[in-house]
Amino acid sequence: MQKSITSIIFALALGCSGLAFGAGGVVPLPKQQWSSDGLFGTFDRGALQRGFQVYNEVCAGCHSLRLVAYRNLIDIGFTEDQVKKIAASKTVKDGPNDQGEMFERPGKPSDRFVMPFPNKQAARAANNGAYPPDLSLMVKARMGSSDYLFGLLTGYKDSPKGVKVPEGMYYNQYYPGHLIAMPSPLADGSVEYADKTKATVNQMAKDVTAFLAWTAEPEMEDRKRIGIKVLLFLIILTGMLYAIKRKIWSDIH
Amino acid sequence: MSKPQITNPVMKWVDHRLPVFTFMHHELHEYPTPKNLNYFWNFGSLAGIILVTMIVTGIVLAMHYTPHINHAFDSVERIMRDVNYGWLIRYVHMNGASAFFIVVFIHIFRGLYYGSYKAPRELLWMLGVVILLLMMATAFLGYVLPWGQMSFWGATVITNLFSAIPLIGEPIVTWLWGGFSVDNATLNRFFSLHFLLPFVIVGVVVLHIVALHTHGSNNPVGIDTTGDDDQIPFHPYYTVKDLFGLGVFLVVFSLFVFYAPNYLGHPDNYVPADPLQTPPHIVPEWYFLPFYAILRSITFDIWILDAKLLGVIAMFASIGLLFLLPWLDRSPVRSARYRPIYRQFFWVLVIDCFILGIVGANAPDDPVFRNLGSFQYIHLGMISTAYYFFHFLVLLPLLSVLEKPKPLPASINEPVLGGGLGSAGAVSKPMEKA
Repeated sequence: MQKSITSIIFALALGCSGLAFGAGGVVPLPKQQWSSDGLFGTFDRGALQRGFQVYNEVCAGCHSLRLVAYRNLIDIGFTEDQVKKIAASKTVKDGPNDQGEMFERPGKPSDRFVMPFPNKQAARAANNGAYPPDLSLMVKARMGSSDYLFGLLTGYKDSPKGVKVPEGMYYNQYYPGHLIAMPSPLADGSVEYADKTKATVNQMAKDVTAFLAWTAEPEMEDRKRIGIKVLLFLIILTGMLYAIKRKIWSDIH
Repeated sequence: MSKPQITNPVMKWVDHRLPVFTFMHHELHEYPTPKNLNYFWNFGSLAGIILVTMIVTGIVLAMHYTPHINHAFDSVERIMRDVNYGWLIRYVHMNGASAFFIVVFIHIFRGLYYGSYKAPRELLWMLGVVILLLMMATAFLGYVLPWGQMSFWGATVITNLFSAIPLIGEPIVTWLWGGFSVDNATLNRFFSLHFLLPFVIVGVVVLHIVALHTHGSNNPVGIDTTGDDDQIPFHPYYTVKDLFGLGVFLVVFSLFVFYAPNYLGHPDNYVPADPLQTPPHIVPEWYFLPFYAILRSITFDIWILDAKLLGVIAMFASIGLLFLLPWLDRSPVRSARYRPIYRQFFWVLVIDCFILGIVGANAPDDPVFRNLGSFQYIHLGMISTAYYFFHFLVLLPLLSVLEKPKPLPASINEPVLGGGLGSAGAVSKPMEKA
């Protein structure tokens, strides 16, 4: 009888925990296939470079990427010369010089990505009071990670009947609360890809999300590559330890 | 208590003046241990190994970390991006905290199931509770250091708990903060204390082990060892068993570190702290969720005590209660194996703690069941909090009197050899290994 009491309570607990996580009421995010998923996941260099182009030509107008340096772009397959060129195309404020004055110079690979605005206030002033967040860690900093970002970039819709969208706000089905201050950033052909890939909204959203997954976790490939070796080593070691344990304990059992 | 045979002249010379080798021989080699310990007894040594890992990785992290509100977040990202294998060290430290709590929670429930807190091990148990409290403080302080949104707001919520203390509450909070809000002074002292407390934990762990080695381990049967037949030397039997357990643990731990390093964390902590923007839900790390649920479950005033103060008292009492456990449970039988009713309620308590964790993770006024809107998490939390205290304060004292335990075996050796298989099983076993 007591067994059955426990099992009933256990079933109840499982039941309500299941419901607990099922509740919510938000539109579920469409799951995407990412090359970085899984035990052997790697970044797709082509997608990362296209994604960088999207960031550079579209997002960088408002969003900073302050934790990433131009030199890091070598890790996603740009050559040193390409990186130098990319950096040099930016203007960096440096100083003070010997005269005690701030001056402007072309960027160097060791510079962090130049910020679009000098400070938070300037960013707000230029964006209708809303602050465009830094994107360096965005994929790690949101529930749903890459799927959320892709959903957000492709989730702009006409607002459903009865939802009033205030001036300067836009309706996005995946944004918490649905009203977002960022207008739909991507339109077909927003960029012209260097590798001639067709720049559809989906393609660009996917590429820039992949790029931002890399900026958030640049160590991901190293981590997974080392992880496999560590796991194999540990599994073999643990198997051997089990064999030794059995042998040593054989005179006790 | 034999003296070890030391042949190396240098070791002999040292041991004659400072008997470290004799000590190690006694405590790690010949230390007599019940022969019937199951795998739940692996978690003590595991916890010790994790503690050392946390200290080692923590010291390296401290070399690269900057405890200043303007630099803390970026210095952590610098560790993740520019320090050689910094990501590995930080992820081991971060997931190590979670692993530490998983292991310690299993260790504690092991103690509850097999009655390891009963005489003569009351102090051993109480020292363990002290370690748990220190661990919780250390983990909370450490979570503040990356200075993300959850760090900042978690620190604000938890330090504000002390404002519930009547009269002196507010001054205490200001004193804890070192200012009038969670700010740079707070971060600085939290870093200092986060560095200090692990070494205090080491000190209490040493006492914990001294207390353990005074009477030796409890065991699944829960009766005292009666002679050499019941005991085996710690080395090699338990050293190898602990090593195998460590291997299994490391496989699981590596899966987290290398493949889901942020699974147990909150995404908001990758957003730099912003005192002007409160996150929609402030949730603590998973290991605090049951306690958080208890804290929020008290929504009513009693006499002059307001709900907030009562919540804080209930939360601390939920752990403080464990100090009294050896005297709340007066049953002379230790192991739940021979306590048919206690065993049932033990599992109910385990489930209750899981439910408390789920309640802590959800917003209080969200409905538990979608089609039963009036039953909210706050109600589930109240019920499970009440049950938690009911278990310790009412059930255990009652069971000590009312429960009729099953007959205990005469010695450990008896059930180990007899098994439940009968004598045939006992005879056939050595044969198959031969």
